[in-house]
Amino acid sequence: MTLLGNIALWVTLLLGVWGAFMGFAGGLAGRPELARSALRAVFAVTAAVVVASIALLTALLGRDFNVEYVAAYTSRNLPIYYTISAFWAGQKGSLLFWALIVSIFMTLAVMLAPRRDREFLPYVAAVCLVVVAFFASVMLFASNPFERLAFVPQDGSGLNPQLQNPGMTIHPPMLYLGYTSITIPFAFAIGAMMSRRLDVTWLHAIRRWTLLSWLFLAVGIVLGMWWAYVELGWGGYWAWDPVENASFLPWLVMTAFLHSVMIQEKRGMLKKWNLALIIGAFLLSIFGTFITRSGVISSVHSFTQSNVGFFFLGFLIFVAVASFWLYTRRLDLLKPDGTLESMVSREAGFLFNNLLLVGIAFSVLWGTLFPILSEWVRGTKVTVGPPFFNQVNIPLGLALLALTGIGPLIAWRRASVANLKRQFAVPLFTGAATLALLAALGVRHFYALVSFALGAFVIGTIGQEFARGTRARHRQYAEGYAVALMRLVGRNRRRYGGYIVHLGIVMLFVAFAGMAFRREMEATLKPGESAQLASPFGHTYTFTHLGVSQYNELNRLVSAASVDVRKNDKRVTLLTSEKRQHVDGFGRATFEPSTEVAIKSDLLEDLYIVYAGSVAGTEQTVYRFTINPLVWWVWAGGFVLVIGGLIAMWPGAGSAPGAPRRTEAGYGVTLAAREA
Amino acid sequence: MKAGTKFLIGASLVVVTVGYLMAVGVKETGVYFLTPTELAQRLDGDSTFYDLGVKVGANVVRGTVERDVATQTVRFDVSDGTTSFPVVFRGLPPDTFTDSVEVVVEGRYQKDGVFYATSVLAKCGSRYEAVPEAGA
Repeated sequence: MTLLGNIALWVTLLLGVWGAFMGFAGGLAGRPELARSALRAVFAVTAAVVVASIALLTALLGRDFNVEYVAAYTSRNLPIYYTISAFWAGQKGSLLFWALIVSIFMTLAVMLAPRRDREFLPYVAAVCLVVVAFFASVMLFASNPFERLAFVPQDGSGLNPQLQNPGMTIHPPMLYLGYTSITIPFAFAIGAMMSRRLDVTWLHAIRRWTLLSWLFLAVGIVLGMWWAYVELGWGGYWAWDPVENASFLPWLVMTAFLHSVMIQEKRGMLKKWNLALIIGAFLLSIFGTFITRSGVISSVHSFTQSNVGFFFLGFLIFVAVASFWLYTRRLDLLKPDGTLESMVSREAGFLFNNLLLVGIAFSVLWGTLFPILSEWVRGTKVTVGPPFFNQVNIPLGLALLALTGIGPLIAWRRASVANLKRQFAVPLFTGAATLALLAALGVRHFYALVSFALGAFVIGTIGQEFARGTRARHRQYAEGYAVALMRLVGRNRRRYGGYIVHLGIVMLFVAFAGMAFRREMEATLKPGESAQLASPFGHTYTFTHLGVSQYNELNRLVSAASVDVRKNDKRVTLLTSEKRQHVDGFGRATFEPSTEVAIKSDLLEDLYIVYAGSVAGTEQTVYRFTINPLVWWVWAGGFVLVIGGLIAMWPGAGSAPGAPRRTEAGYGVTLAAREA
Repeated sequence: MKAGTKFLIGASLVVVTVGYLMAVGVKETGVYFLTPTELAQRLDGDSTFYDLGVKVGANVVRGTVERDVATQTVRFDVSDGTTSFPVVFRGLPPDTFTDSVEVVVEGRYQKDGVFYATSVLAKCGSRYEAVPEAGA
């Protein structure tokens, strides 16, 4: 199987390089037979990568421990679904997994491209093939998943217990899907520059792809937060770790692009900016891979340090230089068709939204790279941590939240005073009322108050948009309100899907603000003893330690500490937190003991209980009890965001920007409603 | 004034604000990241360093970890091969913390020669990977 895998990787590399040359040459020289050869290479390379992937999966499932990768990530007693997830759990396998997804995406891009985009395809194929060939070369020359050991271990080392979590089996693939799918928009951007067809055609071609990768990144990030929260046990879900930041950066830039592209479609402005954002997002996705794989920045998430990082650094520099050179050669074709007419316009709102998003991205990048930058400049390593990121990004994030509410209320081109009054009354009232109510209830935390008030303002905006659109349809087409609402969303999916995404964002901001009120305590308890912790919502929890039980599971020894939970003296539930010692098939310990957190979640708050250990020779048990307010809303907000994204992305009439009549008609209805 | 000019003014305000927030953020929250030897050198030259919070990246010295579960205190020595000193940490160290990992400790080095840590991060290359051993 390893021989087959190696052959498949060589085929991938050689055909990839061949196809890339054919694609560029065929496109530039206008020779269709070369271009066809490049497209055939796309299918052949995909087939080769699929063969390599099957070879690795066969080795994993066959428990062929002579293969180093199999021995390092699985063991005889590892459940089958975690054995499959070992495919992407380690450095080497994840490189192959990455190549597999890029291959599948490029095949889809080539197959699904409509006739009007054919001109771009040779370049798209060539760029994607360069990326896949690059991954094949990294595997062949630095980090080969098919490497064999000089001996056959009796059993493998097993999968890290922290990765034995259902969230962790799908979190990395989601992020990889997000990272890799940026390749397609990037390839179209290069194609548009090389073919000099820089009108909006290429933007229409990549619209779904950009939404898709934005969506995958969002899902990956939220799943990562969930995994960190339930598995790592420190009580939060986001620590501004370099690896987390690496996934956040391209997402921010993609978010900026999804907004600014609308200005180019409507007004023909920001052509250079949009192109730069797509190139930037792709570079950031490679940069993210570079910092996670190279160990240049210390992160708790780091993979083994290896020279793989330098392959990625080289590739990053190559792509950056090549795209920048091409970009500067095409600047004359990127002149704007329109100009900004007024500061009080939708365009201006989008411009500030983009500035803020890119500003946030820049500060996150700066903070992440600061240890390296400070060492270069001053000779001493200085690091910045969560306080830096919070201090910088909370104000910027809140400004962005405010724009989320303001933007949709302002007309394109130029808004009149009458228009502003009519638009802002309801949302401003919602926001102010929420602020007054919370202040009256005794909430004093400044940023939290601002978040909640702005959140209410944005919800006022969204609610008003939905209500007016529905009412307009109800009047114009005599539809019932429910039907009118469904058709409103269905016929303007991009717009109303976007509003639903905004709703998800509001929920996330509210949840983040809730963490300002977290309460935490540690307690050492004997069986029967209790500890009390007051919730920020006014009630008091009593935790009674019941005892510790020990038992064996398939691949681990478990010590489980149980706590009886009472809320204001009413019994709520029993919670159990575990310490797990994973063992191999011979009962020997593998890895360090891991902790399983006990969590009880409701709409208001999470109880988060960690069994920290027992005092040797006594019955005393140490716990950490935490109340995390509003955490449920992070997951709910993530879910709503994904639903909104899917609605905006759903194919068919009503979503495509290329169907202006429909969009304008929907728009006209809303405007009519505003006049009424 | 033209809208473009107004926008440029607004944009510069945003850019200046971001820059200002970042500069202040680095100044207020930036922490030196040193090796034990670098820390010792700095303490020799400048005694104000005793009160400054720093991060130190080093290896835990094998066999020096003492855990006191009752008081939730962990004591261990860290070393970079040349310089070593004891660390005291009150709290729950992460699951990955053992006596054979690389750690990043954040806290203050006091005049009694002990580093009082407010946080301990365990970093190990083998975190997601275990090395298969011959004959295992």
